[in-house]
Amino acid sequence: MTGSVTVRRQKVRRPRRRYKLACLLMLAAALLLALLFIERLCPYDPNAQVFAALEPPSAAHPAGTDRLGRDLLSRILIGLRTSVLSSLALVVVTAAAGSAAGVLSGYFGGLADSLLMRIADVCLAFPGLVLGLAVAALLGGGLHNAMLALAVVSWPKYARVARSQTLALLRTDHMAAARLAGGSAPQLILRHILPNCAGPLLVTAMLDIGAMMMELAGLSFLGLGAMPPTAELGSMMSGGRSLLQLYPWVVIGPGIAIFAAVAFFNLLGDAARDWLDPQNSGGK
Amino acid sequence: MRGMFSRRGDGRRRGAAGMKGYVLRRLAQLVLILFVITFLSFGMMRLAGSDAVLQKMERTGIAASQQVIDAARAELGLDKPFLAQYVSWLGGLLHGDMGVSYVTGRQVFPTFTAKLPATLLLTAVSILLTVVISIPLGILAAVRQNRLTDRLIRAASFFGSSMPGFFVAFLLMYLFSVRLGWLPVLSRSASLQSVLLPALTLAIAMSSRYLRQVRATVLDELSRDYVTGAAARGVKFSVTLWKSVLRACLVTVLTLLTLSIGSLLGGTAIVESIFLWDGVGRLAVDAISMRDYPMIQAYVMWMAVIYVCINLITDLSYRFLDPRIRLGGGRE
Repeated sequence: MTGSVTVRRQKVRRPRRRYKLACLLMLAAALLLALLFIERLCPYDPNAQVFAALEPPSAAHPAGTDRLGRDLLSRILIGLRTSVLSSLALVVVTAAAGSAAGVLSGYFGGLADSLLMRIADVCLAFPGLVLGLAVAALLGGGLHNAMLALAVVSWPKYARVARSQTLALLRTDHMAAARLAGGSAPQLILRHILPNCAGPLLVTAMLDIGAMMMELAGLSFLGLGAMPPTAELGSMMSGGRSLLQLYPWVVIGPGIAIFAAVAFFNLLGDAARDWLDPQNSGGK
Repeated sequence: MRGMFSRRGDGRRRGAAGMKGYVLRRLAQLVLILFVITFLSFGMMRLAGSDAVLQKMERTGIAASQQVIDAARAELGLDKPFLAQYVSWLGGLLHGDMGVSYVTGRQVFPTFTAKLPATLLLTAVSILLTVVISIPLGILAAVRQNRLTDRLIRAASFFGSSMPGFFVAFLLMYLFSVRLGWLPVLSRSASLQSVLLPALTLAIAMSSRYLRQVRATVLDELSRDYVTGAAARGVKFSVTLWKSVLRACLVTVLTLLTLSIGSLLGGTAIVESIFLWDGVGRLAVDAISMRDYPMIQAYVMWMAVIYVCINLITDLSYRFLDPRIRLGGGRE
């Protein structure tokens, strides 16, 4: 391989990567907008138990009906909104809180830093879903409690990334110059540290959306998340084992919906990572 | 994926300080963290545990007077101060006494240990399947980089990592039990046949994530000078692949296993309740729905203990496997 070939390839590839991310982001925005007005798109009222129970997919009910005679497509759409919006909210709040904790403890160091990191260690000493189960058991079921449980599990990840980025930044000449120029702590943190560690944090968060969606659905599946009659994809599938043999669409429809949502956000996360760190791209 | 930015184990930077000192330090840390785990799991459940008496009364439908409630609390030892409760509980713990289930009235610890082997079998088989699936496919994808095989394997790994465990479980069940009728739908006993589907469910999620990393590791190894050198000396490519590259893959997979042992242990809860596998995960899910706090406590605590111990063991073992870590050199 000669030098000129490599250079040319980089020139061609880099913008393509950026377009991919931009396209996916625009698609995500469109999807979010659609989810906000999803009620208008539902063919029927998702909670109306007016149809024959357990009807197979047909023209009138593209995804069939469920055990209580509700239109499954409408419920899947509403469930998609519940899953996507709650996991987005979860990731945004957790990432913000975890990053803030990490940046502050990295910047100020000392007792607060070691205390915070020990708390993070303890949160990491429990396997994720097990701690989630414990918190959910403690607080009782419900979507909000399940989200809280997952937040407890996932904040240390952001705190660690933010802290290590901050520590690395503090050693740079750029930070020394900013400090010599008389910047105050809030100024240094907001102007110089946060923008510089936003990339890795953003990528971590975007890679996390799909995972959080799966875990949230998992807790709902176990009966520890969204409570009926709220349509949620995980809880819609929880009675599935007894129905699988004769009425597989009741399980497979919501399953495909959650898979599609998770896959989309995983693609988005991968594109974001490739954009930030071309070295690590999948094709290599 | 999870460990992309945060690497566990501060021992990487050391090494010359001596293996013995490192092991001792890690053991001291282990004891400390075990104390914290027991204290927290005790505290968490005791916070919720006070209404367990009320819950029990409600369930039986008795309108209990305060006296009866107090007596029941005293019987469960819920009236003593918090620290005294903890110390007596910890003392009992050392003798394998974790209290009595609120629901069945049986001893918690024997119930738990009776179900543990089934879960361990399930995790062991799924780890085995993961290794068997991810290493050969990862190597294959790397060797056939950017060709059709590689693209297919990568697509499969993307699909696998975007599917929640319970959906995979249902799909496998539908395919192998309902459609093809090869395997039983429910697993009554812990036989080889019945462990296959639950283990495969867990293994699919894990190996989809590992595949990419194994592939990246192999690509990385293949671009190193020693591979070129070996080729120049006339060493067969397959020999280099199986002798040197495989070793690097093992280290990668071991590291990934450490990182995902947590999700594996949690994942068993879901998979066990789908396949009605009689292990601790299902025990815990049932306990949570019945608010059987001593049982939940036992589950959370022992899972955490197992998790921390496995983390320690793998941390130590891959220092043996990869000399670069042992000698203090970085892998990056």
